[in-house]
Amino acid sequence: MKIASRFLTPPEPAATIQLTLDGEPVTARAGDTVAAALLAHSGDASRLTARGAPRTAFCMMGVCFDCLVEVDGRPNCQGCMVQVRDGMVLRRQRGPRKLMGGAQDA
Amino acid sequence: MHELDLIIIGAGPAGMTAAATAAKHGARVLLLDEQRRSGGQIYRDVGETDSARPYLGKDYAAGRALVAALNAPGIDIEVDATVWRVDAGPRVIWSRGGKSHVTRARHVLLASGAQERPTPFPGWTLPGVMPAGAAQILMKTSGLLPRDAVLAGSGPLIYLIAAQMIDAGARPRALVETQSPRMLLRAARHLPRALLATPTLLKGLGLIAKIRAAGITRHIGATGFSAEKTENGDILFSFTAKGHRHQIATPLLLTHQGVVPSTHISRAAGVAHEWNEAQQAFQAKTDPWGRTDVHGIHVAGDGAGIGGADAAKAAGRLAALDILHRLGRLTEDARNQTAAADRAAHRRAMAIRPFLDAAYAPLPEILAPEGDTIVCRCEEITAADIHASLKEGAKGPRQVKTATRAGMGPCQGRMCDLTVRGILANCGATPATPRARSPIKPVKLGELAALTSHKETSP
Ligand SMILES: Cc1cc2nc3c(=O)[nH]c(=O)nc-3n(C[C@H](O)[C@H](O)[C@H](O)COP(=O)(O)OP(=O)(O)OC[C@H]3O[C@@H](n4cnc5c(N)ncnc54)[C@H](O)[C@@H]3O)c2cc1C
Ligand code: FES
Repeated sequence: MKIASRFLTPPEPAATIQLTLDGEPVTARAGDTVAAALLAHSGDASRLTARGAPRTAFCMMGVCFDCLVEVDGRPNCQGCMVQVRDGMVLRRQRGPRKLMGGAQDA
Repeated sequence: MHELDLIIIGAGPAGMTAAATAAKHGARVLLLDEQRRSGGQIYRDVGETDSARPYLGKDYAAGRALVAALNAPGIDIEVDATVWRVDAGPRVIWSRGGKSHVTRARHVLLASGAQERPTPFPGWTLPGVMPAGAAQILMKTSGLLPRDAVLAGSGPLIYLIAAQMIDAGARPRALVETQSPRMLLRAARHLPRALLATPTLLKGLGLIAKIRAAGITRHIGATGFSAEKTENGDILFSFTAKGHRHQIATPLLLTHQGVVPSTHISRAAGVAHEWNEAQQAFQAKTDPWGRTDVHGIHVAGDGAGIGGADAAKAAGRLAALDILHRLGRLTEDARNQTAAADRAAHRRAMAIRPFLDAAYAPLPEILAPEGDTIVCRCEEITAADIHASLKEGAKGPRQVKTATRAGMGPCQGRMCDLTVRGILANCGATPATPRARSPIKPVKLGELAALTSHKETSP
Protein backbone atom coordinates (compact mmCIF):
# COMPACT_ATOMS: atom_id res chain seq x y z
CA MET A 1 0.00 0.00 0.00
CA LYS A 2 1.30 3.43 -0.85
CA ILE A 3 1.38 5.82 2.08
CA ALA A 4 0.51 9.44 1.31
CA SER A 5 3.20 12.05 1.85
CA ARG A 6 3.30 13.43 5.36
CA PHE A 7 3.88 16.89 3.90
CA LEU A 8 1.79 19.34 1.91
CA THR A 9 3.35 20.32 -1.36
CA PRO A 10 3.99 24.06 -1.41
CA PRO A 11 1.63 26.28 -3.38
CA GLU A 12 4.66 27.98 -4.94
CA PRO A 13 5.22 27.45 -8.63
CA ALA A 14 8.26 25.35 -9.40
CA ALA A 15 9.90 23.64 -12.31
CA THR A 16 9.62 19.89 -12.11
CA ILE A 17 11.91 17.11 -13.16
CA GLN A 18 11.54 13.35 -13.50
CA LEU A 19 13.43 10.70 -11.63
CA THR A 20 12.84 7.07 -10.82
CA LEU A 21 12.67 5.29 -7.49
CA ASP A 22 13.14 1.53 -7.77
CA GLY A 23 12.11 1.90 -11.41
CA GLU A 24 8.91 3.82 -10.68
CA PRO A 25 8.61 7.33 -12.12
CA VAL A 26 8.63 10.14 -9.58
CA THR A 27 8.04 13.82 -10.29
CA ALA A 28 10.18 16.11 -8.17
CA ARG A 29 10.60 19.85 -7.81
CA ALA A 30 13.83 21.15 -9.26
CA GLY A 31 16.19 22.38 -6.57
CA ASP A 32 14.96 19.98 -3.89
CA THR A 33 17.26 17.55 -2.18
CA VAL A 34 16.73 13.87 -2.86
CA ALA A 35 15.49 13.44 0.72
CA ALA A 36 12.95 16.26 0.33
CA ALA A 37 11.77 14.86 -3.00
CA LEU A 38 11.22 11.41 -1.50
CA LEU A 39 9.37 12.84 1.52
CA ALA A 40 7.18 14.90 -0.83
CA HIS A 41 6.52 11.81 -2.94
CA SER A 42 5.37 9.39 -0.24
CA GLY A 43 5.23 8.70 3.46
CA ASP A 44 6.81 5.34 3.00
CA ALA A 45 10.26 4.11 3.99
CA SER A 46 13.18 5.20 1.81
CA ARG A 47 15.47 2.56 3.30
CA LEU A 48 15.34 -0.71 5.22
CA THR A 49 17.88 -1.33 7.96
CA ALA A 50 19.95 -4.47 8.45
CA ARG A 51 17.08 -5.79 10.58
CA GLY A 52 14.53 -4.83 7.97
CA ALA A 53 13.18 -1.82 9.85
CA PRO A 54 11.77 1.01 7.70
CA ARG A 55 13.44 4.41 7.86
CA THR A 56 13.08 7.78 6.19
CA ALA A 57 15.27 10.88 6.20
CA PHE A 58 15.37 12.17 9.75
CA CYS A 59 17.62 15.16 10.59
CA MET A 60 17.73 16.88 7.16
CA MET A 61 21.15 18.31 8.00
CA GLY A 62 23.67 15.59 7.24
CA VAL A 63 23.99 14.24 10.77
CA CYS A 64 21.96 11.01 11.11
CA PHE A 65 22.60 9.06 7.87
CA ASP A 66 19.05 7.70 7.87
CA CYS A 67 18.56 9.19 4.40
CA LEU A 68 21.09 6.86 2.73
CA VAL A 69 19.99 5.95 -0.78
CA GLU A 70 21.50 4.63 -3.98
CA VAL A 71 21.90 7.46 -6.51
CA ASP A 72 22.72 6.57 -10.12
CA GLY A 73 24.29 3.31 -9.01
CA ARG A 74 26.28 4.79 -6.14
CA PRO A 75 25.14 3.39 -2.78
CA ASN A 76 25.18 5.19 0.58
CA CYS A 77 24.56 8.70 -0.68
CA GLN A 78 23.13 11.10 1.90
CA GLY A 79 19.84 12.04 0.30
CA CYS A 80 19.55 15.22 2.34
CA MET A 81 22.86 16.50 0.94
CA VAL A 82 22.30 15.70 -2.75
CA GLN A 83 20.18 17.73 -5.14
CA VAL A 84 17.77 16.03 -7.56
CA ARG A 85 18.61 16.00 -11.26
CA ASP A 86 16.44 15.18 -14.22
CA GLY A 87 16.73 11.48 -15.05
CA MET A 88 18.22 10.54 -11.69
CA VAL A 89 17.92 6.85 -10.86
CA LEU A 90 17.25 6.19 -7.18
CA ARG A 91 17.10 2.86 -5.43
CA ARG A 92 16.07 2.11 -1.89
CA GLN A 93 18.75 0.29 0.06
CA ARG A 94 17.73 -2.82 1.90
CA GLY A 95 19.75 -4.51 4.59
CA PRO A 96 23.26 -3.80 5.78
CA ARG A 97 24.96 -0.69 4.52
CA LYS A 98 28.47 -2.02 4.03
CA LEU A 99 29.49 1.38 5.27
CA MET A 100 31.56 1.95 8.35
CA GLY A 101 32.09 5.07 10.39
CA GLY A 102 35.48 5.74 8.91
CA ALA A 103 36.18 4.94 5.32
CA GLN A 104 33.43 3.91 2.96
CA ASP A 105 33.49 1.58 -0.01
CA ALA A 106 31.48 2.46 -3.03
CA MET B 1 54.17 30.66 3.75
CA HIS B 2 50.42 30.78 4.16
CA GLU B 3 48.36 32.44 1.53
CA LEU B 4 45.28 32.31 3.72
CA ASP B 5 44.97 34.00 7.09
CA LEU B 6 41.89 32.20 8.28
CA ILE B 7 39.78 29.17 7.45
CA ILE B 8 36.30 29.26 8.95
CA ILE B 9 34.34 26.04 9.12
CA GLY B 10 30.60 26.67 9.18
CA ALA B 11 28.72 29.49 7.47
CA GLY B 12 26.11 30.02 10.19
CA PRO B 13 25.70 33.28 12.09
CA ALA B 14 29.03 32.78 13.94
CA GLY B 15 31.05 31.88 10.84
CA MET B 16 29.45 34.55 8.67
CA THR B 17 30.05 37.43 11.09
CA ALA B 18 33.60 36.20 11.72
CA ALA B 19 34.32 36.13 7.99
CA ALA B 20 32.94 39.63 7.44
CA THR B 21 34.83 41.03 10.43
CA ALA B 22 38.13 39.43 9.46
CA ALA B 23 37.86 40.49 5.83
CA LYS B 24 36.95 44.04 6.78
CA HIS B 25 40.33 44.31 8.47
CA GLY B 26 42.17 42.93 5.47
CA ALA B 27 42.47 39.24 6.33
CA ARG B 28 42.14 36.62 3.57
CA VAL B 29 39.42 34.21 4.57
CA LEU B 30 38.15 30.89 3.30
CA LEU B 31 34.65 29.98 4.51
CA LEU B 32 33.69 26.31 4.19
CA ASP B 33 30.23 24.79 4.64
CA GLU B 34 28.90 21.36 3.82
CA GLN B 35 25.47 22.69 2.98
CA ARG B 36 24.82 24.00 -0.50
CA ARG B 37 24.35 27.58 0.68
CA SER B 38 25.58 29.87 3.42
CA GLY B 39 23.26 30.60 6.33
CA GLY B 40 23.66 27.87 8.93
CA GLN B 41 20.68 26.10 10.50
CA ILE B 42 18.69 29.19 11.44
CA TYR B 43 19.09 30.87 8.04
CA ARG B 44 19.06 27.79 5.80
CA ASP B 45 18.67 28.96 2.18
CA VAL B 46 17.74 32.48 3.28
CA GLY B 47 19.65 33.97 0.38
CA GLU B 48 17.41 32.04 -2.04
CA THR B 49 13.88 32.21 -0.80
CA ASP B 50 13.26 35.99 -1.19
CA SER B 51 9.69 36.68 -0.20
CA ALA B 52 8.10 33.40 -1.31
CA ARG B 53 7.86 32.14 2.28
CA PRO B 54 6.89 35.11 4.45
CA TYR B 55 5.61 32.71 7.13
CA LEU B 56 9.23 32.02 8.12
CA GLY B 57 9.18 35.44 9.75
CA LYS B 58 11.29 38.56 10.19
CA ASP B 59 14.04 36.95 12.26
CA TYR B 60 14.68 34.48 9.46
CA ALA B 61 14.65 37.16 6.77
CA ALA B 62 17.19 39.13 8.82
CA GLY B 63 19.76 36.50 7.90
CA ARG B 64 19.79 37.77 4.35
CA ALA B 65 21.98 40.73 5.37
CA LEU B 66 24.57 38.37 6.87
CA VAL B 67 24.70 36.29 3.71
CA ALA B 68 24.94 39.42 1.55
CA ALA B 69 27.85 40.74 3.65
CA LEU B 70 29.90 37.72 2.57
CA ASN B 71 30.13 39.25 -0.86
CA ALA B 72 33.26 41.19 0.08
CA PRO B 73 36.87 41.26 -1.05
CA GLY B 74 39.00 38.81 0.88
CA ILE B 75 36.29 36.18 1.39
CA ASP B 76 36.27 32.95 -0.60
CA ILE B 77 33.34 30.64 -0.01
CA GLU B 78 33.23 26.95 -0.72
CA VAL B 79 29.86 25.29 -0.19
CA ASP B 80 29.06 21.58 -0.52
CA ALA B 81 32.42 21.30 1.22
CA THR B 82 32.43 18.74 4.03
CA VAL B 83 35.37 19.15 6.37
CA TRP B 84 36.46 15.75 7.62
CA ARG B 85 39.73 16.57 9.31
CA VAL B 86 41.29 19.48 11.16
CA ASP B 87 44.84 19.29 12.53
CA ALA B 88 46.99 21.58 14.58
CA GLY B 89 49.18 23.48 12.22
CA PRO B 90 46.40 24.32 11.27
CA ARG B 91 45.43 22.22 8.33
CA VAL B 92 41.93 21.47 7.08
CA ILE B 93 40.87 18.62 4.83
CA TRP B 94 37.54 18.89 3.08
CA SER B 95 35.67 16.88 0.54
CA ARG B 96 33.36 17.70 -2.31
CA GLY B 97 32.00 15.46 -5.01
CA GLY B 98 34.27 12.58 -4.08
CA LYS B 99 37.47 14.62 -4.06
CA SER B 100 39.38 15.82 -1.02
CA HIS B 101 41.32 19.06 -0.69
CA VAL B 102 43.95 20.05 1.85
CA THR B 103 44.06 23.72 2.81
CA ARG B 104 46.28 25.52 5.29
CA ALA B 105 45.96 28.87 6.98
CA ARG B 106 47.47 30.60 9.97
CA HIS B 107 44.24 30.28 11.93
CA VAL B 108 41.18 28.08 11.93
CA LEU B 109 37.82 29.00 13.40
CA LEU B 110 35.42 26.15 14.05
CA ALA B 111 31.86 27.45 13.80
CA SER B 112 30.07 24.15 13.26
CA GLY B 113 27.02 25.07 15.31
CA ALA B 114 24.44 22.74 16.74
CA GLN B 115 22.23 19.78 15.96
CA GLU B 116 18.95 18.82 17.55
CA ARG B 117 19.24 16.64 20.62
CA PRO B 118 18.38 13.05 19.76
CA THR B 119 15.09 12.14 21.47
CA PRO B 120 14.95 8.38 21.94
CA PHE B 121 11.62 6.84 22.97
CA PRO B 122 9.81 3.71 21.78
CA GLY B 123 9.03 4.16 18.09
CA TRP B 124 11.22 7.20 17.37
CA THR B 125 12.82 5.47 14.39
CA LEU B 126 9.52 4.97 12.51
CA PRO B 127 8.84 6.82 9.26
CA GLY B 128 6.59 9.70 10.33
CA VAL B 129 8.65 10.61 13.39
CA MET B 130 11.13 13.41 12.82
CA PRO B 131 12.84 16.20 14.72
CA ALA B 132 10.82 19.43 14.55
CA GLY B 133 13.86 21.37 13.31
CA ALA B 134 14.23 18.90 10.44
CA ALA B 135 10.68 19.64 9.33
CA GLN B 136 11.51 23.33 9.62
CA ILE B 137 14.54 22.77 7.35
CA LEU B 138 12.11 21.30 4.80
CA MET B 139 9.96 24.43 5.11
CA LYS B 140 13.00 26.66 4.61
CA THR B 141 14.68 24.74 1.80
CA SER B 142 11.73 23.19 -0.07
CA GLY B 143 8.60 24.96 1.09
CA LEU B 144 7.20 21.59 2.21
CA LEU B 145 4.69 21.99 5.04
CA PRO B 146 4.03 19.43 7.77
CA ARG B 147 0.58 17.87 7.27
CA ASP B 148 -1.63 17.72 10.36
CA ALA B 149 1.47 17.27 12.51
CA VAL B 150 1.82 16.97 16.27
CA LEU B 151 4.68 18.88 17.89
CA ALA B 152 6.02 17.11 20.96
CA GLY B 153 8.75 18.07 23.41
CA SER B 154 9.89 21.46 24.62
CA GLY B 155 12.10 24.44 23.96
CA PRO B 156 11.82 27.87 22.39
CA LEU B 157 12.27 26.44 18.90
CA ILE B 158 9.08 24.38 19.14
CA TYR B 159 7.01 27.56 19.68
CA LEU B 160 8.69 29.28 16.77
CA ILE B 161 8.04 26.32 14.48
CA ALA B 162 4.41 26.08 15.64
CA ALA B 163 3.95 29.79 14.85
CA GLN B 164 5.58 29.42 11.44
CA MET B 165 3.30 26.45 10.68
CA ILE B 166 0.24 28.47 11.70
CA ASP B 167 1.29 31.39 9.51
CA ALA B 168 1.90 28.99 6.63
CA GLY B 169 -1.60 27.55 6.95
CA ALA B 170 -0.33 24.20 8.22
CA ARG B 171 -1.64 24.33 11.78
CA PRO B 172 -0.20 21.70 14.08
CA ARG B 173 -2.89 19.37 15.39
CA ALA B 174 -1.57 19.70 18.94
CA LEU B 175 1.42 20.69 21.05
CA VAL B 176 2.46 18.06 23.55
CA GLU B 177 4.88 19.85 25.85
CA THR B 178 7.24 18.16 28.27
CA GLN B 179 7.92 21.11 30.57
CA SER B 180 5.88 21.00 33.76
CA PRO B 181 4.61 23.90 35.89
CA ARG B 182 7.17 22.79 38.45
CA MET B 183 10.05 23.16 35.98
CA LEU B 184 8.80 26.64 35.08
CA LEU B 185 8.60 27.55 38.74
CA ARG B 186 12.15 26.35 39.32
CA ALA B 187 13.31 28.29 36.27
CA ALA B 188 11.64 31.47 37.55
CA ARG B 189 14.60 32.31 39.78
CA HIS B 190 16.61 32.97 36.60
CA LEU B 191 14.04 35.48 35.37
CA PRO B 192 15.63 38.63 36.84
CA ARG B 193 18.75 37.94 34.82
CA ALA B 194 16.70 37.02 31.76
CA LEU B 195 15.19 40.50 31.85
CA LEU B 196 18.44 41.65 30.23
CA ALA B 197 17.10 39.84 27.19
CA THR B 198 13.59 41.26 27.47
CA PRO B 199 13.02 41.49 23.70
CA THR B 200 13.70 37.75 23.39
CA LEU B 201 11.35 37.00 26.27
CA LEU B 202 8.64 39.11 24.70
CA LYS B 203 9.09 37.38 21.36
CA GLY B 204 8.62 34.03 23.08
CA LEU B 205 5.46 35.22 24.80
CA GLY B 206 4.23 36.52 21.45
CA LEU B 207 4.69 33.09 19.89
CA ILE B 208 2.80 31.40 22.71
CA ALA B 209 0.01 33.98 22.37
CA LYS B 210 -0.25 33.20 18.66
CA ILE B 211 -0.53 29.46 19.37
CA ARG B 212 -3.26 30.18 21.96
CA ALA B 213 -5.13 32.49 19.64
CA ALA B 214 -5.09 29.80 16.95
CA GLY B 215 -6.89 27.55 19.41
CA ILE B 216 -4.34 24.77 19.23
CA THR B 217 -4.61 22.14 21.95
CA ARG B 218 -1.68 22.18 24.35
CA HIS B 219 -0.80 19.40 26.76
CA ILE B 220 1.69 20.39 29.46
CA GLY B 221 3.98 18.21 31.58
CA ALA B 222 3.78 15.30 29.16
CA THR B 223 5.91 12.19 29.71
CA GLY B 224 6.03 8.58 28.57
CA PHE B 225 6.24 9.20 24.80
CA SER B 226 5.72 6.25 22.53
CA ALA B 227 4.92 5.90 18.83
CA GLU B 228 3.41 3.03 16.87
CA LYS B 229 2.50 2.61 13.26
CA THR B 230 -1.20 2.50 12.36
CA GLU B 231 -2.61 0.46 9.50
CA ASN B 232 -2.70 3.40 7.09
CA GLY B 233 0.90 4.37 7.87
CA ASP B 234 0.09 7.12 10.35
CA ILE B 235 1.78 7.41 13.73
CA LEU B 236 -0.23 6.62 16.84
CA PHE B 237 1.40 8.83 19.43
CA SER B 238 0.84 8.02 23.13
CA PHE B 239 1.86 10.08 26.13
CA THR B 240 0.86 10.74 29.72
CA ALA B 241 -0.32 14.16 30.86
CA LYS B 242 -2.20 15.15 34.01
CA GLY B 243 -2.27 11.53 35.10
CA HIS B 244 -4.00 10.27 31.95
CA ARG B 245 -2.72 8.35 28.99
CA HIS B 246 -3.54 10.14 25.72
CA GLN B 247 -3.36 8.97 22.12
CA ILE B 248 -3.28 11.02 18.95
CA ALA B 249 -3.01 9.65 15.42
CA THR B 250 -1.02 11.87 13.07
CA PRO B 251 0.85 11.52 9.80
CA LEU B 252 3.81 13.33 11.30
CA LEU B 253 5.11 13.46 14.85
CA LEU B 254 7.68 16.24 15.26
CA THR B 255 9.80 15.98 18.39
CA HIS B 256 12.16 18.46 19.99
CA GLN B 257 14.21 18.61 23.18
CA GLY B 258 16.49 21.49 22.38
CA VAL B 259 19.73 21.66 20.43
CA VAL B 260 23.22 20.54 21.43
CA PRO B 261 26.69 21.58 20.22
CA SER B 262 28.13 19.81 17.18
CA THR B 263 31.49 18.80 18.58
CA HIS B 264 32.79 15.98 16.38
CA ILE B 265 35.04 18.38 14.54
CA SER B 266 36.49 20.05 17.65
CA ARG B 267 36.87 16.76 19.51
CA ALA B 268 38.65 15.13 16.57
CA ALA B 269 40.93 18.19 16.36
CA GLY B 270 42.07 17.47 19.92
CA VAL B 271 40.37 20.47 21.52
CA ALA B 272 39.50 20.07 25.22
CA HIS B 273 35.78 19.77 25.98
CA GLU B 274 33.67 20.13 29.07
CA TRP B 275 30.29 18.91 30.25
CA ASN B 276 27.62 21.59 30.56
CA GLU B 277 25.31 20.26 33.25
CA ALA B 278 22.59 22.87 32.71
CA GLN B 279 22.48 22.12 28.98
CA GLN B 280 23.19 18.41 29.34
CA ALA B 281 25.76 18.39 26.57
CA PHE B 282 29.47 18.47 25.83
CA GLN B 283 30.94 21.68 24.48
CA ALA B 284 34.32 22.90 23.32
CA LYS B 285 36.20 24.70 26.08
CA THR B 286 37.13 28.24 25.10
CA ASP B 287 38.21 31.50 26.68
CA PRO B 288 36.10 34.64 26.15
CA TRP B 289 37.77 35.14 22.73
CA GLY B 290 36.93 31.65 21.55
CA ARG B 291 40.49 30.41 21.93
CA THR B 292 40.91 26.71 22.62
CA ASP B 293 43.83 24.81 24.09
CA VAL B 294 44.99 23.87 20.57
CA HIS B 295 47.26 26.52 19.07
CA GLY B 296 45.69 28.23 16.07
CA ILE B 297 42.17 26.86 16.61
CA HIS B 298 39.30 29.01 17.85
CA VAL B 299 35.68 27.92 18.35
CA ALA B 300 32.70 30.29 18.13
CA GLY B 301 28.94 29.92 18.22
CA ASP B 302 26.80 27.05 19.41
CA GLY B 303 29.73 24.60 19.23
CA ALA B 304 31.11 26.17 22.40
CA GLY B 305 27.76 26.01 24.21
CA ILE B 306 24.23 26.77 23.06
CA GLY B 307 23.54 30.51 23.00
CA GLY B 308 21.38 31.06 19.94
CA ALA B 309 21.99 33.16 16.85
CA ASP B 310 22.58 36.54 18.53
CA ALA B 311 25.19 35.08 20.84
CA ALA B 312 26.75 33.25 17.88
CA LYS B 313 27.02 36.49 15.89
CA ALA B 314 28.77 38.23 18.79
CA ALA B 315 31.05 35.25 19.42
CA GLY B 316 31.99 35.10 15.74
CA ARG B 317 33.04 38.75 15.82
CA LEU B 318 34.97 38.33 19.08
CA ALA B 319 36.92 35.38 17.70
CA ALA B 320 37.66 37.27 14.49
CA LEU B 321 38.95 40.28 16.44
CA ASP B 322 41.25 38.08 18.50
CA ILE B 323 42.52 36.35 15.37
CA LEU B 324 43.13 39.73 13.72
CA HIS B 325 45.13 40.72 16.77
CA ARG B 326 47.20 37.56 16.53
CA LEU B 327 47.74 38.19 12.84
CA GLY B 328 49.18 41.57 13.75
CA ARG B 329 46.32 43.42 12.09
CA LEU B 330 44.86 44.87 15.29
CA THR B 331 46.68 46.07 18.39
CA GLU B 332 45.55 44.67 21.69
CA ASP B 333 43.92 47.99 22.54
CA ALA B 334 42.10 48.18 19.22
CA ARG B 335 40.88 44.61 19.66
CA ASN B 336 39.61 45.29 23.16
CA GLN B 337 37.92 48.54 22.23
CA THR B 338 36.16 47.13 19.21
CA ALA B 339 35.16 44.08 21.21
CA ALA B 340 33.35 45.99 23.95
CA ALA B 341 30.05 46.24 22.09
CA ASP B 342 30.17 42.57 21.05
CA ARG B 343 30.98 41.51 24.58
CA ALA B 344 27.90 43.39 25.80
CA ALA B 345 25.74 41.87 23.04
CA HIS B 346 26.99 38.41 23.96
CA ARG B 347 26.21 38.97 27.63
CA ARG B 348 22.70 40.16 26.79
CA ALA B 349 22.05 37.20 24.51
CA MET B 350 23.33 34.71 27.08
CA ALA B 351 21.31 36.24 29.93
CA ILE B 352 18.18 34.30 28.99
CA ARG B 353 19.91 30.90 28.75
CA PRO B 354 19.80 29.85 32.42
CA PHE B 355 16.04 30.44 32.34
CA LEU B 356 15.53 28.56 29.06
CA ASP B 357 17.85 25.72 30.07
CA ALA B 358 15.93 25.17 33.31
CA ALA B 359 12.42 25.73 31.95
CA TYR B 360 12.83 23.51 28.90
CA ALA B 361 15.26 20.89 30.20
CA PRO B 362 14.99 17.53 28.41
CA LEU B 363 13.07 14.76 30.14
CA PRO B 364 15.18 12.33 32.20
CA GLU B 365 13.59 9.43 30.29
CA ILE B 366 14.78 10.96 26.99
CA LEU B 367 18.29 11.49 28.38
CA ALA B 368 18.49 7.91 29.66
CA PRO B 369 15.89 5.66 28.01
CA GLU B 370 15.32 2.04 29.02
CA GLY B 371 14.29 -1.30 27.60
CA ASP B 372 13.74 -1.80 23.89
CA THR B 373 14.10 1.84 22.94
CA ILE B 374 16.69 2.19 20.21
CA VAL B 375 19.66 4.28 21.33
CA CYS B 376 21.97 3.86 18.33
CA ARG B 377 19.88 4.28 15.19
CA CYS B 378 22.68 3.18 12.83
CA GLU B 379 23.45 -0.15 14.46
CA GLU B 380 19.99 -0.63 16.02
CA ILE B 381 21.33 -0.95 19.56
CA THR B 382 18.76 -0.66 22.36
CA ALA B 383 18.96 0.81 25.84
CA ALA B 384 18.76 -2.75 27.18
CA ASP B 385 21.86 -3.64 25.13
CA ILE B 386 23.74 -0.72 26.69
CA HIS B 387 22.59 -1.76 30.17
CA ALA B 388 23.74 -5.34 29.50
CA SER B 389 27.20 -4.12 28.50
CA LEU B 390 27.40 -2.17 31.76
CA LYS B 391 26.46 -5.29 33.72
CA GLU B 392 29.22 -7.13 31.90
CA GLY B 393 31.73 -4.58 33.13
CA ALA B 394 31.85 -1.76 30.59
CA LYS B 395 32.79 1.40 32.46
CA GLY B 396 32.93 4.23 29.95
CA PRO B 397 31.74 5.22 26.50
CA ARG B 398 34.62 3.45 24.77
CA GLN B 399 33.95 0.13 26.42
CA VAL B 400 30.22 0.42 25.72
CA LYS B 401 31.05 1.12 22.10
CA THR B 402 33.34 -1.88 21.78
CA ALA B 403 30.89 -4.18 23.54
CA THR B 404 27.72 -3.10 21.72
CA ARG B 405 28.82 -1.34 18.48
CA ALA B 406 26.79 1.70 19.57
CA GLY B 407 28.31 4.71 17.80
CA MET B 408 30.19 2.63 15.24
CA GLY B 409 27.83 3.36 12.34
CA PRO B 410 28.13 6.11 9.76
CA CYS B 411 26.79 8.87 12.05
CA GLN B 412 29.75 8.12 14.32
CA GLY B 413 27.77 8.64 17.50
CA ARG B 414 26.10 11.92 16.59
CA MET B 415 22.74 10.29 17.32
CA CYS B 416 23.75 8.26 20.40
CA ASP B 417 26.80 9.70 22.22
CA LEU B 418 24.64 11.79 24.54
CA THR B 419 22.22 8.96 25.22
CA VAL B 420 25.02 6.53 26.05
CA ARG B 421 26.37 9.19 28.37
CA GLY B 422 22.94 9.64 29.94
CA ILE B 423 22.61 5.93 30.63
CA LEU B 424 26.14 5.76 32.06
CA ALA B 425 25.46 8.76 34.31
CA ASN B 426 22.19 7.19 35.43
CA CYS B 427 24.11 4.10 36.46
CA GLY B 428 26.41 6.15 38.69
CA ALA B 429 29.35 6.57 36.34
CA THR B 430 30.92 9.96 35.54
CA PRO B 431 31.55 9.37 31.88
CA ALA B 432 34.38 11.06 30.04
CA THR B 433 33.95 13.02 26.81
CA PRO B 434 33.54 10.43 24.07
CA ARG B 435 36.29 10.37 21.49
CA ALA B 436 35.80 11.48 17.92
CA ARG B 437 38.21 10.55 15.19
CA SER B 438 39.00 11.79 11.71
CA PRO B 439 37.59 11.29 9.20
CA ILE B 440 34.60 12.72 11.03
CA LYS B 441 32.37 12.02 8.01
CA PRO B 442 32.62 8.87 5.90
CA VAL B 443 35.17 9.27 3.12
CA LYS B 444 35.54 6.79 0.31
CA LEU B 445 38.67 4.68 0.36
CA GLY B 446 39.57 5.76 -3.16
CA GLU B 447 39.30 9.38 -2.09
CA LEU B 448 41.67 8.78 0.82
CA ALA B 449 44.13 7.03 -1.45
CA ALA B 450 44.01 9.85 -4.02
CA LEU B 451 44.67 12.35 -1.25
CA THR B 452 47.94 10.80 -0.14
CA SER B 453 49.20 10.86 -3.70
CA HIS B 454 48.31 14.42 -4.62
CA LYS B 455 49.78 17.74 -3.55
CA GLU B 456 48.11 20.23 -1.27
CA THR B 457 45.71 22.51 -3.04
CA SER B 458 44.59 26.01 -2.48
CA PRO B 459 41.15 26.59 -3.91
C1 LIG C 1 17.67 22.11 12.73
C2 LIG C 1 17.83 23.41 13.46
C3 LIG C 1 16.98 24.47 13.22
C4 LIG C 1 17.12 25.67 13.90
N1 LIG C 1 16.25 26.69 13.63
C5 LIG C 1 16.37 27.86 14.30
C6 LIG C 1 15.48 28.94 14.06
O1 LIG C 1 14.60 28.85 13.21
N2 LIG C 1 15.61 30.07 14.81
C7 LIG C 1 16.59 30.19 15.76
O2 LIG C 1 16.66 31.24 16.43
N3 LIG C 1 17.47 29.20 15.99
C8 LIG C 1 17.36 28.04 15.29
N4 LIG C 1 18.25 27.02 15.55
C9 LIG C 1 19.34 27.26 16.49
C10 LIG C 1 20.40 28.05 15.71
O3 LIG C 1 20.76 27.30 14.59
C11 LIG C 1 21.64 28.29 16.43
O4 LIG C 1 21.43 28.79 17.71
C12 LIG C 1 22.53 29.25 15.65
O5 LIG C 1 22.30 29.16 14.29
C13 LIG C 1 23.95 28.91 15.91
O6 LIG C 1 24.78 29.52 14.97
P1 LIG C 1 26.19 28.92 14.63
O7 LIG C 1 26.80 29.88 13.68
O8 LIG C 1 26.91 28.58 15.86
O9 LIG C 1 25.93 27.52 13.90
P2 LIG C 1 24.95 26.95 12.69
O10 LIG C 1 23.99 28.01 12.33
O11 LIG C 1 24.49 25.70 13.19
O12 LIG C 1 25.98 26.82 11.52
C14 LIG C 1 26.96 25.84 11.49
C15 LIG C 1 27.33 25.54 10.06
O13 LIG C 1 28.46 24.69 10.05
C16 LIG C 1 28.35 23.78 9.02
N5 LIG C 1 29.17 22.61 9.33
C17 LIG C 1 29.11 21.84 10.44
N6 LIG C 1 30.01 20.85 10.38
C18 LIG C 1 30.66 20.99 9.19
C19 LIG C 1 31.70 20.25 8.53
N7 LIG C 1 32.26 19.16 9.08
N8 LIG C 1 32.11 20.67 7.32
C20 LIG C 1 31.55 21.77 6.73
N9 LIG C 1 30.57 22.48 7.31
C21 LIG C 1 30.13 22.10 8.52
C22 LIG C 1 26.87 23.48 8.95
O14 LIG C 1 26.50 23.01 7.66
C23 LIG C 1 26.24 24.82 9.29
O15 LIG C 1 25.89 25.55 8.14
C24 LIG C 1 18.13 25.81 14.86
C25 LIG C 1 18.99 24.74 15.11
C26 LIG C 1 18.88 23.56 14.42
C27 LIG C 1 19.83 22.44 14.70
S1 FES D 1 18.50 13.03 6.95
FE1 FES D 1 20.01 12.90 8.50
S2 FES D 1 21.81 12.70 7.33
FE2 FES D 1 20.33 13.02 5.82
